[in-house]
Amino acid sequence: MNLFCVGLSHHTANVETRERFAGHAETDCILRAAGCAEALLLTTCNRVEVYGASEERVSTDEIARCLVRKVDNKTEEYALPFYRYEDTRCVQHLFRVASGLDSMVVGESEILGQAKKAYESARASGAAGPCLHRLFQRAFHVAKQVRTHTDITRGSVSVGSVAVDLAQRIFGQLGNCKVLVLGAGETSERTARALVSRGVTDLRVSNRSSDRAEELARLVGGQAVRFDEWPSQCREIDILITSTSSETPLLTPENLSAMLRNRVDRPLFIIDIAVPRDVDPSVNEMEAVYLYDIDSLQSVAEQSLALRRQQIAAAEAIITEHVAAFGKSISHRLDCNAPPSTEDRALGETPLRTSES
Amino acid sequence: MDRQFLIVSTICFFAAVVRTIVALRAGIFRPGQFNFLAIGLGFIFQTAFLSIRGHALGRCPLTNLFEVFIFVAWSVALIYMLVGPAYRLSLMGAFTAPLVVLLQGFALIAPIDIRHPVRLPANPWLEFHASISLVAYGAFALACIAGVMYLVQERQLKTHQLRSVFYHLPPLTDLFAAITRLLWWGFALYTLGLVSGFFVGQPLPYVQMVCASAVWLLYAAILQGRHLRRLAPKHVAALCIIGFTAALTLLWGITFTAQMPSPP
Repeated sequence: MNLFCVGLSHHTANVETRERFAGHAETDCILRAAGCAEALLLTTCNRVEVYGASEERVSTDEIARCLVRKVDNKTEEYALPFYRYEDTRCVQHLFRVASGLDSMVVGESEILGQAKKAYESARASGAAGPCLHRLFQRAFHVAKQVRTHTDITRGSVSVGSVAVDLAQRIFGQLGNCKVLVLGAGETSERTARALVSRGVTDLRVSNRSSDRAEELARLVGGQAVRFDEWPSQCREIDILITSTSSETPLLTPENLSAMLRNRVDRPLFIIDIAVPRDVDPSVNEMEAVYLYDIDSLQSVAEQSLALRRQQIAAAEAIITEHVAAFGKSISHRLDCNAPPSTEDRALGETPLRTSES
Repeated sequence: MDRQFLIVSTICFFAAVVRTIVALRAGIFRPGQFNFLAIGLGFIFQTAFLSIRGHALGRCPLTNLFEVFIFVAWSVALIYMLVGPAYRLSLMGAFTAPLVVLLQGFALIAPIDIRHPVRLPANPWLEFHASISLVAYGAFALACIAGVMYLVQERQLKTHQLRSVFYHLPPLTDLFAAITRLLWWGFALYTLGLVSGFFVGQPLPYVQMVCASAVWLLYAAILQGRHLRRLAPKHVAALCIIGFTAALTLLWGITFTAQMPSPP
């Protein structure tokens, strides 16, 4: 049985091309009709890939035709942006994809969920048989191992998630944290929502326009606070998200030290996403105050990405090991229909649950 | 024979240190099970050493500076085994192992394992006083280690330079809670040790009394500063490091003066 992967991704094709070949509900059936004994379609916003197993070679052009959403006259261009990996390279590619190494944001874990969903869908429709079952089970196991044994998923890579991540590094559980959102802009809203999703329940919103404050408070499940009351709120809160359009800093070491009198043992985390900044940078020098502006959040996101890139070699080593082991186990049996060995079972391969398909 | 157990124990702790350094260099700072196992094995060999030495002496093995250092190292490992997993401070092992290696390495290399010319009589109160005080040192050592972890984490947050280790250290508030608990445990045990010193049935040397009281006062001051919220967490963490260094130096002084021959 020949294992192959034909696809296109953000590396090889622009969004317009990816849209054109995004596949459709009947793609699995058409692929099987085209000669694939087993076929699985993995579509995300960054990639469209067909994983298949066939006795006879199915051409890339043929697969591209199956993926096209609308029949057009550009038939001669069908196979142009597609890559094709066979056997060991196909296995390696899937392991890299599932581990997030081939993603636009290295180490992102969403792709694993998407791959699982695609596999479940193909299994349910009967398009995925024993070959793809083994391949994908092993891919999920490898992805898990890569995530556990390397720092590939460590750190956050977007401004909102960096802020939430830092808050957790300071306070641990966020359930008891009190948050004040000063200025009801779009980024504030996103950050506030991210904090709520991580357990924050006490969220206050203050804005020059009280209508907007009330609206945001309603959206994120918080309470609106009058704009002239925010200084008194600073005594109680643990996290301050500020994004007002003030031309001068609202918080300076002088006024903040007066607000924080007698709260020496509780940290204050300030996320200043306003431009120009709402908080004087020297506030970061104050005891137990941690100030991050938009540039420092961006810098942390870049550090996280760099950290993830450093982990690629370690992740590739794990993948190479698994590719060799998988190739060996397949060639040993020469037949995908043979039951998985004890070693395979230990590595996450289970018999295909045909009764459910 | 007993020293061989100690050498094996030191190798176990050293293995944990090497593993940490290798992981750091690879950019994968992950404590994992290896560190906990290595420290656990090291602790077993430490216990075997103390047990054999205790049987040979017919009393708690705290008769010279060498044994005192090993007992402190054993207390550090014991408190880590009790506290580390409970407070989810698994990374503490990576910081604990180097301290134990330093203590045991120094004890093994320095010529301080001097046997007393006469067999010292067993004195349960004296042994209780000494051993409980040294277990308190173990708690102070762990507070010192948590203090180092706090300062590392705090420094990275302040400078916005987040390295791999940042993502494996516990949150600041959890670390500070652990420091506070360890300080209270250490202080309670040390107070118990100090009070039991009055029941040993013989007058304790003046220098020992002064040094022990100084350590007690130092930790009482740190706890009072913390309780009254006069000290910022960063200062408490720094004082834990300074306090333990001072306490260890004084312990050396106490043991050294105790070993000196009494004036005729």
